[in-house]
Amino acid sequence: MNLRRLLLISVPYAWLLLLFLVPFGIVLKISLSDQALAIPPYTPTFDLAAGWQGFVDFLSKLDFENYSWLTQDDLYWKAYLSSLQIAALSTVLTLLVGYPIAYGMANAPTEWRPTLMMLVILPFWTSFLIRVYAWIGILGQNGYLNQLLLWTGVIDEPLVMLNTPFAVYIGIVYTYLPFMVLPIYATLEKLDHDLLEAAEDLGCSRFQAFWLVTVPLSKPGIIAGSFLVFIPAVGEFVIPSLLGGSRTLMIGKVLWDEFFSNRDWPTASAVAVLLLLILIVPIVLFQRHQQKMQELDA
Amino acid sequence: MNKRFSWFNATSLTLGFAFLYLPILILIIYSFNESKLVTVWAGFSTKWYGVLLHDQAYLDAVKITLKVAVVSSTVATILGTMAAWVLVRAGRFPGRTLFSGMIYAPLVVPDVITGLSLLLLFIAMGLDRGVGTIILAHTTFSMCYVSVVVSSRLVSFDMSLEEAALDLGCSPFDAFRSVTLPIIAPAVISGWLLSFTLSLDDLVISSFASGPSATTLPMKIFSQVRLGLNPEVNALSTIMIAIVTIGVVTSSVLTKRASVRRQRQEQAALAQG
Repeated sequence: MNLRRLLLISVPYAWLLLLFLVPFGIVLKISLSDQALAIPPYTPTFDLAAGWQGFVDFLSKLDFENYSWLTQDDLYWKAYLSSLQIAALSTVLTLLVGYPIAYGMANAPTEWRPTLMMLVILPFWTSFLIRVYAWIGILGQNGYLNQLLLWTGVIDEPLVMLNTPFAVYIGIVYTYLPFMVLPIYATLEKLDHDLLEAAEDLGCSRFQAFWLVTVPLSKPGIIAGSFLVFIPAVGEFVIPSLLGGSRTLMIGKVLWDEFFSNRDWPTASAVAVLLLLILIVPIVLFQRHQQKMQELDA
Repeated sequence: MNKRFSWFNATSLTLGFAFLYLPILILIIYSFNESKLVTVWAGFSTKWYGVLLHDQAYLDAVKITLKVAVVSSTVATILGTMAAWVLVRAGRFPGRTLFSGMIYAPLVVPDVITGLSLLLLFIAMGLDRGVGTIILAHTTFSMCYVSVVVSSRLVSFDMSLEEAALDLGCSPFDAFRSVTLPIIAPAVISGWLLSFTLSLDDLVISSFASGPSATTLPMKIFSQVRLGLNPEVNALSTIMIAIVTIGVVTSSVLTKRASVRRQRQEQAALAQG
């Protein structure tokens, strides 16, 4: 019995240690190294044969140079700031688009709801890449949206929409919408309608009842949905690289280019470590929120 | 009819679903476009499907992607179910907090960081990068999703059923196989499906984990799409969307039928008793 328990614990544990924790240790270590024209392209490398003295030498050569480099070069802190800003604004936009959908679903006849749920989830199962790709055709210079606007005479010459931050906002709202709609729908569905009737009996208008009763009661869903959109959006790579063009600065793309184009592993690692440190705050807040909700449910 | 379902609700649902589905619909319609220029309609044609089906690079990428998805989601389901059991049932053991942290962290760490860290590990270990390393990478993030899905089912599972089986003389393994496993099976299956989809869909982690010898379908699509619109990609997207839609609709119909059947059986049992 005990051997079985030990085996059940140790196999997934060892897997995660080796393929999740150790890799982070390596990233941290390389972020403290210097770039070099060698294979692997950084120095110092750790030499087991040199024993304890070698380990001390190795430690003494590590430094925070890459991090001070990140603070000096405008590109990096601008990329961090603009990622946070783009993620925050897209989260608000996703909420504005998603809330009415969740609200409509929760008020729809009960027998429609499973189908509506499936319609919200279905795009999530189809490829993320394809859903982003679909917008290239819509927003481009000769795209469908420009064709429609020119044809109806709203504009005289095509608008520049692709390769702008605007396209990135649309891409994020579009692809992350289910993550916002589902948690809000879950809280709205449980809402006690007697409360709304009570508010209306007491003289609230329908809008006041919505604003004073429904919105506060759906706050847990709003918070959960916002974190679920904000956290992945900060590190997003596919959307800015396909829709954002060279003018949209996002840190996920900077990291990718640093690694694949400049082959600067130490800087890419430092960018990754700093990004993780920035994300720890919202991640911890999100986990606390989820725990609180679970305790309330229990 | 629910009296709260007003014209406002109807409008927001219509607009919302139009926003969700119009881009996909346009993509599908223009996959049947004759012209090489994707946004200029030049008549109905299925020619790009023909071109796609004879494009060896795409066919190879599909083969690699399916291989990676099947192997990684199967291994991830086994490891993830074990991990779920550890989270819910194993009680206290040294390093439990670290363990649950490592289960939840990959769900929120950006793909670029996971990809970079795995690549640096593979290089440090001197592994040849290719299909094998992509499978290792996908298994790692998928097992975390599986364990979250399965553990939420295990939490709500009535322990006394398994204890009863043990009292009646089952070995712990038999009790797990014949009592616990059938009850958590739906969660295990949805965990596998989720892993499979995530693996099919992943671009960033695969790009880091793979070497020159292995290109997955998302990597191939991405390299094409970076250069702009491409009629072959439209045709491919339509095929993928069709497969997913059929799969999701079928599975939801099957689940609904199963739950209706179970309700009937329960009612019949109650009527007899």
